[in-house]
Amino acid sequence: MDPAAPPLRLTFGAPHARPGTAPDFSDFPVPEAGAMRRPPVDTPAEEMRDLAFGMIRILDDAGAARGPWAEALALDDAAQLEGLRHMLTLRAYDARMLLAQRQQKTSFYMQHLGEEAISCAFQRALRPGDMNFPTYRQAGLLIASGYPIGTMMCQVYGNDGDPGRGRQLPVLYSSKAHGFFSISGNLGTQYIQAVGWAMGSALSGAEAIAAAWIGDGSTAESDFHAALVFASSYRVPVILNIVNNQWAISTYQEVARGSVGTFAARGHGFGIPALRVDGNDYLAVVAAARWAAERARRNLGPTLIEHVTYRAAGHSTSDDPSAYRPSDEGASWPLGDPVARLRDHLIARGVWSAERHAQAEAEILAGVIEAQKQAEAIGTLHQGRRPSPAEMFDDVYAEMPPHLRRQRQQAGF
Amino acid sequence: MATMTMIEAIRDALDLALTEDPRVTLFGEDVGYFGGVFRCTAGLQQKHGVARCFDTPISELGIVGAAIGMAAFGRRPVVEIQFADYMYPAYDQIVSEAARMRYRTAGEFTCPLVVRMPTGGGIFGGQTHSQSPEALFTHVTGLKTVVPSTPYDAKGLLLAAIDDPDPVIFLEPKRLYNGPFDGHHDRPVTPWRGHPLAEVPEGRYHLPLGQAAIRRAGTQLTVLAYGTMVHVALAAVAEAGIDAEVIDLRTLLPLDLETITTSVRRTGRCVIVHEATLTSGFGAELAAQVQAECFWHLEAPVERVAGWDTPYPHTAEWDYFPGPARVAAACRRVMEA
Repeated sequence: MDPAAPPLRLTFGAPHARPGTAPDFSDFPVPEAGAMRRPPVDTPAEEMRDLAFGMIRILDDAGAARGPWAEALALDDAAQLEGLRHMLTLRAYDARMLLAQRQQKTSFYMQHLGEEAISCAFQRALRPGDMNFPTYRQAGLLIASGYPIGTMMCQVYGNDGDPGRGRQLPVLYSSKAHGFFSISGNLGTQYIQAVGWAMGSALSGAEAIAAAWIGDGSTAESDFHAALVFASSYRVPVILNIVNNQWAISTYQEVARGSVGTFAARGHGFGIPALRVDGNDYLAVVAAARWAAERARRNLGPTLIEHVTYRAAGHSTSDDPSAYRPSDEGASWPLGDPVARLRDHLIARGVWSAERHAQAEAEILAGVIEAQKQAEAIGTLHQGRRPSPAEMFDDVYAEMPPHLRRQRQQAGF
Repeated sequence: MATMTMIEAIRDALDLALTEDPRVTLFGEDVGYFGGVFRCTAGLQQKHGVARCFDTPISELGIVGAAIGMAAFGRRPVVEIQFADYMYPAYDQIVSEAARMRYRTAGEFTCPLVVRMPTGGGIFGGQTHSQSPEALFTHVTGLKTVVPSTPYDAKGLLLAAIDDPDPVIFLEPKRLYNGPFDGHHDRPVTPWRGHPLAEVPEGRYHLPLGQAAIRRAGTQLTVLAYGTMVHVALAAVAEAGIDAEVIDLRTLLPLDLETITTSVRRTGRCVIVHEATLTSGFGAELAAQVQAECFWHLEAPVERVAGWDTPYPHTAEWDYFPGPARVAAACRRVMEA
């Protein structure tokens, strides 16, 4: 036996803190806001590797917008205030639906707490006709595209107002008109579908682009790899988003990522330019998304974006995160809270104030509660009007085949 | 009319679809420049351009996943899995996504998609070039599953599948690509030329999905088969001297139950034949349907002749493949019962 060679052993990634220990983000580098360069959109992947390892940040700790990404973005006050409103709406919606689940008005819910900036901001880079292929944690895409929040509630309740006719679990929304592709429970599947949709757009001579979405944990699925291969092979007009919120249910992101590198860096193995973005910085997300969208629209090919954020809430209403991480870990997250950061930026610029913010929060909550009342007037999971069980047999096929007709009769319809 | 092999008939259908519908897009491994390992897409890229018929990376889940997205956009993808044995990486996309898209969105998004895959054995293909996974598709609600047995059917069914608004799994028995095969592996291979069902009309025609074909009318026994086993069944009943009605199911789902039950109620006897393994194979569904619908007309237990419940072997091919001798023996048993 070679004394110089130690016995073989494996490495098992683990978070830096567990329940009962203090949160520890000491090895999480927080690059300076405004420091990251902004290369031209036609920059080849190999000339912008630094962007996959650093982080695009615009808002600094004092709420000032800094650097070349901020200058290129030039988002006006009205758009920024609207962005704040979208995030507040999503947060209020989450709070109400969480409560509704605890009141047993629905079976299940998944919050976005801490991740509101990503979906709300990203939608700004898209145009009507573009298509998102979201996961279950991008409802901000719907809110920012003007989808009625009451209809989202009807989906969560599975009532007669649900366009999906109560067939899917809560939060698995779908709206073609709002560029929001049907969400599936199967993780990762939509990532390659987004690539195929964008291929279809290009093959049809259309101008629409697609945006794929996946979480840090699901990048381990084969679909992630297939999507990058196809996106690269055909230079597909697609934006490949990874939302790295540090956690896949109870599993720390290092288990999916490995101990070195970044999720963004995975794009470089496929020759796909990659951006790593402060996901709690509304302006940085818009800026990165616009850069990637312009690349796609100019036929310069796909872009991978890793949005770095933190899942401040439990994975779902069926999850208790205090079983696997410090319960106060979210408060220590170095990139802060996306709503507070945009709020402070707007206050620092004198276009917003603490009073107006509190007022806006109250107004938005009242609007959400009003929508909730209307949705609940239609019905909740166990009360009111829900789709007829006879509809259970519809839409399996375009036309109902004989065996389903027989079964519908047997079921009593 | 032209005489075509099944390969030529499939290619002709694809050529027509590409010509007539600008939404139709073909892709898969080696289907583009090379024209497919079985020549089913030969010349189509040259004729219609690389954007209509192209090669893909070796990723079955990528092929089907991309096709689902493309179909959602509004195109009509017709994709190829090189062998049905290699569809498993795409199974999640087929089952969880393609099959459920219309249902889970109440029709907002749909998946008009055809997945072609060469299927079946009898070619010394061993474990991974011989499988018949149709039961893994017929068990999936939302899919249609088609298995042609002649050039005439292959073209008409494929054109119908491409026009169909639902996802269709199109299983092509590769043993029948170049000629009919009745299981007599020791005899010279017969080409399609001269076979009446190799006469294929030029231009478009549809064979409706969900309709079986009676290949041989008979009174004593009903034999249910599809794909290669249709030809084996015809040989077997001829050799057994039984006046059997041989039904080619053509579409497994939706199933043409009426043609089946009409026949079995008349004959009172039923033998089911498929290459796929026996346990939980599609024959189990057929047997259950026949006994439920024809119980009072049955004169004998329904028999199933199928592949053994083993992986598809290489050297033991002809002991595995349910050839005419095994089928004929089952027919005789059912007649004597």
